[in-house]
Amino acid sequence: MQLVNRNSPPVDQVGIEDRIARVTARSIKSDMKLEGLKMAISMIDLTTLEGADTNGKVTQLCTKAQYLCNEYPELPSVAAICVYPSMVGIAKKALGKSGIKVASVATAFPSGQSSLEVKLLDTKMALDNGADEIDMVISRGKFLQGEYDFVADEISTIKEACGEARLKVILETGELGSLDQVRKASDIAIYSGADFIKTSTGKIPKAATLPVTCVMLEAIRDYYFETGKMIAMKPAGGISKSKLALHYLMLVKEVLGDQWLSNEWFRFGASSLANDLLMQYAKAQTGAYQSYDYFSID
Amino acid sequence: MARLEIKKTYKIYIGGKFPRTESGRFYNPKGIDVNVCQSSRKDFRNAVVVARAAQPAWAGRTAYNRSQILYRIAEMMEGRRAQFISELELQGSSKKEADEEVNATIDRWVYYAGWCDKYQQIFSSVNPVASNHFNFSVLEPMGVVTSTAPEESSLLGISTIIATAIAGGNSLIAIASESKPLCSVTLAEVLNDSDVPGGVVNILTGNKDELLPHIVQHMDVNALVYCGSDKKVIIDLKEKSADNLKRITHYSTDAILSQRGESPYFIKTLNEVKTTWHPIEKVGAVGSSY
Amino acid sequence: MAAKNKSVFEFSPALESAGHIQLKDQYELFINGKWTKPKSGKYFKTTNPSNEKVIAKVAEANEADVDAAVSAAEKAFKGWSSISGKERGKYLFRLARLIQEKARELSVIETLDGGKPIRESRDIDIPLAAAHFFYHAGWADKLEYAFPNRKTEPLGVAGQIIPWNFPLLMAAWKLAPALACGNTVVLKPAETTPLTALKLAEIIEEAEFPPGVVNIVTGAGATGAAIVGHPKVNKIAFTGSTEVGKIIQRATANTDKKLTLELGGKAANIIFEDAAINQAVEGIINGIYFNQGHVCCAGSRLFVQESVHDEVIQKLKARIENLVVGDPMDKNTDIGAINSKSQLETINKYLKIGKEEGLEMFQSSCSVPSEGFWCKPTIFTGAAQSNRIVQEEIFGPVLAVQTFRTISEVVQKANNTPYGLSAGVWTDKGSKIFNLTSQLRAGVIWANTFNKFDPTSPFGGYKESGFGREGGVHGLESYLKFND
Repeated sequence: MQLVNRNSPPVDQVGIEDRIARVTARSIKSDMKLEGLKMAISMIDLTTLEGADTNGKVTQLCTKAQYLCNEYPELPSVAAICVYPSMVGIAKKALGKSGIKVASVATAFPSGQSSLEVKLLDTKMALDNGADEIDMVISRGKFLQGEYDFVADEISTIKEACGEARLKVILETGELGSLDQVRKASDIAIYSGADFIKTSTGKIPKAATLPVTCVMLEAIRDYYFETGKMIAMKPAGGISKSKLALHYLMLVKEVLGDQWLSNEWFRFGASSLANDLLMQYAKAQTGAYQSYDYFSID
Repeated sequence: MARLEIKKTYKIYIGGKFPRTESGRFYNPKGIDVNVCQSSRKDFRNAVVVARAAQPAWAGRTAYNRSQILYRIAEMMEGRRAQFISELELQGSSKKEADEEVNATIDRWVYYAGWCDKYQQIFSSVNPVASNHFNFSVLEPMGVVTSTAPEESSLLGISTIIATAIAGGNSLIAIASESKPLCSVTLAEVLNDSDVPGGVVNILTGNKDELLPHIVQHMDVNALVYCGSDKKVIIDLKEKSADNLKRITHYSTDAILSQRGESPYFIKTLNEVKTTWHPIEKVGAVGSSY
Repeated sequence: MAAKNKSVFEFSPALESAGHIQLKDQYELFINGKWTKPKSGKYFKTTNPSNEKVIAKVAEANEADVDAAVSAAEKAFKGWSSISGKERGKYLFRLARLIQEKARELSVIETLDGGKPIRESRDIDIPLAAAHFFYHAGWADKLEYAFPNRKTEPLGVAGQIIPWNFPLLMAAWKLAPALACGNTVVLKPAETTPLTALKLAEIIEEAEFPPGVVNIVTGAGATGAAIVGHPKVNKIAFTGSTEVGKIIQRATANTDKKLTLELGGKAANIIFEDAAINQAVEGIINGIYFNQGHVCCAGSRLFVQESVHDEVIQKLKARIENLVVGDPMDKNTDIGAINSKSQLETINKYLKIGKEEGLEMFQSSCSVPSEGFWCKPTIFTGAAQSNRIVQEEIFGPVLAVQTFRTISEVVQKANNTPYGLSAGVWTDKGSKIFNLTSQLRAGVIWANTFNKFDPTSPFGGYKESGFGREGGVHGLESYLKFND
């Protein structure tokens, strides 16, 4: 597969940090801030991925997704609910006709340490239960062993199985070891058919960061320059504050441009971020600093 | 019948060859019955061309190699000791003075031979910048240097100005003492026998006042060293060097001819400081954001 | 990027407040610790280049004023050079701290007076100025370690003439080593940007420096010439154009004044095909558009390996569309105002020449304010060494792009200039970096980075970019004499 043999460009970590420092020095005020907060809410994949997930927990989360905050009806709803395959049916039912998508992790999430057959079955189960989007993990072990073709083939096989469902490919960047590797994994995923590339499972301490996201956005941009095709991006894990979310949006705007600024092309994998965005929105509206007690937790 | 002595022809030294001056002019230093080339500005121009061509490769030699070549010069001088002494005597030194000057000169070559692979360590630095960069400053030769030897000395003076320039990786055009030029020509023969690549050192004899205006205005000379204390000359050089901002240095004859002529700071003076920055990746390090 | 759709996520104004700064309507000369009316009786106006409004009136020093300043410095020299290095250092530490305390005010004034983006004043100029004093403060009592086996002495009165591109930072670059080494100073800031130097004078007062140790005289070329020509000045340190540098060199030839010159540049920034291209693009941007390109070490000659030329140009064009051009006081501004009308005229002259010589010009599609002096970030492609915009220093946000095929070709071309201040190299291969950095004839080489500055890092040029270094241990040499 020539696409995979393509050499990924090197990444200079200090240069990336410099770039991030410039982005985070940006000042996002007034109208822009309000729009950014709303946009960020609309981009959330509200996530619960617990061994302890129950029908009740998932249903409550779906309620939260639909009724974020009664006081501000102008606010959009989140983009999707993200759950395990076994919970897809429950979520689907709870969300009804709300238009909120159901995303399901699959392919032996989070480690990916299983056979392709099992991974396909896992994916199929999620799809059969009605998942709109599949969040697969790559085989990091194989990647680190240098078996890039294996990783690529797995992605393209799952992509084929997905049919109409959009495929998010989780690189688990915290396990890859360097930004050069993040870039290489991004290129493999993109060229193997990923609709989204996603940073992390949220199951290890090193989750999404701005530098890692910047590298992945550059891969998306370079692919766009080469082919004219847009790939979507999803940082996940570790994004719980509004200010950080706004910095992510700023980064997307600067690296990819305004056309990526919608939930079709950018998502946040997060849970507690939603309430922080709501609080900031309320603060911007009322001028008063907010308390968590006034925002529902589910 | 007495044997007819073979007399030496004193020629100039350009690009590893011993031509006569292209101008065909000669002069007789006061009190010496010898014809010495009176080099012209064209000789100087030719010398700059070969010096420029030779300089990068000379700077590219390992410091160890340069050091050995300078030491080789000292070795070769020992073998020519008698010739230097007789030339010095011919130019007015007593036997004792001549002997001392040759000793001092050979020792000076050895002294600078030893500096070739050390001055970088003394004068370079690693600079602890407040960002994720490795930053270091090293010395780099200025390039083509022209130095005028102290008028008062035939051998030690010109040896010192040559040694200080080439130890630091420069190529050089040395203008010999006008009144005492003989040893400079013999020194050129020594240099030519000592693995000094052609063009690295070029030696011209002649009239400094005639040559200096051309030297100072030459756009392809990076630095000019004047040994002497003629205020008018120094002012003139500083003024005219502005055209290409060549580096002008002047040393007192005393400093060069005494023990003070031994110092690595002379090497440093003919070097530029170059500072290089490069990022240091912090992946996996404490405080890394990845 | 494809056609720009109007986005809801556009920058709202994020203006730095100018409310907390204290500026007088009129500034006198700072001589012998006192604010002194100019004997010339004259004042000139300093304006905000982003709206052409007058900010303050500033005294114009004539020869008699300069003479008074030099005399004060001369008188102060004995005391200043004889107090212990430790005590001298403490004054400088104190100064560094006060600059940090007043960083916000200084940043705002720097931006108002000079037109540079507040982000740069705030994050680069002012913090670095403080860092320079902090670094050199520590040298004051350690000079014997800087020059092994030599005896050092201060020179006496240092006359320092600084440019308008980094007004306070250049003042710090000049003052800090001079004072640490035990010299006293007469400093002249540039006529378009005198205000932060005058604020610094207030801070020097507050730091209780002995009178006369630092004297600040404002004015234009004639004031500078009076400093250069004053017989009691022992040292001239000048940063500015090569043209003026040469005049100073000639003017001081018949004196014993020690001279250091930090002059123009036309830096090559070299991008190899194996570079981290995306970071290289950021480096190119930072190299030429930092401070509106008013940087002597700006990477104004871009050399791109032919195999990646189209990619680099595509990315550069996309990137400059993202640069925010406009009000320097807005925290999101990347490119502020051109420093003066005359500088804008110079830049425009070169834009015209570039077009006349048949080069393709690309500019950001951004709009610029109607008042003030502005130049959109500009790229000329298809340039050659023979183009004037490649040979001459423009001192504006104008990049000339050339291609190259091999290492030897690019080294030759990069060195094919009378200047030699800085250069940049971008490649992922370590041995190639060292090859390039050792062959490039320039005083500062940035490898896989550009336009970084630090007080510990010596700065200064080869060839017609001047001589002497500023910063680091090597920079101290410019302010000492060696008695051996």
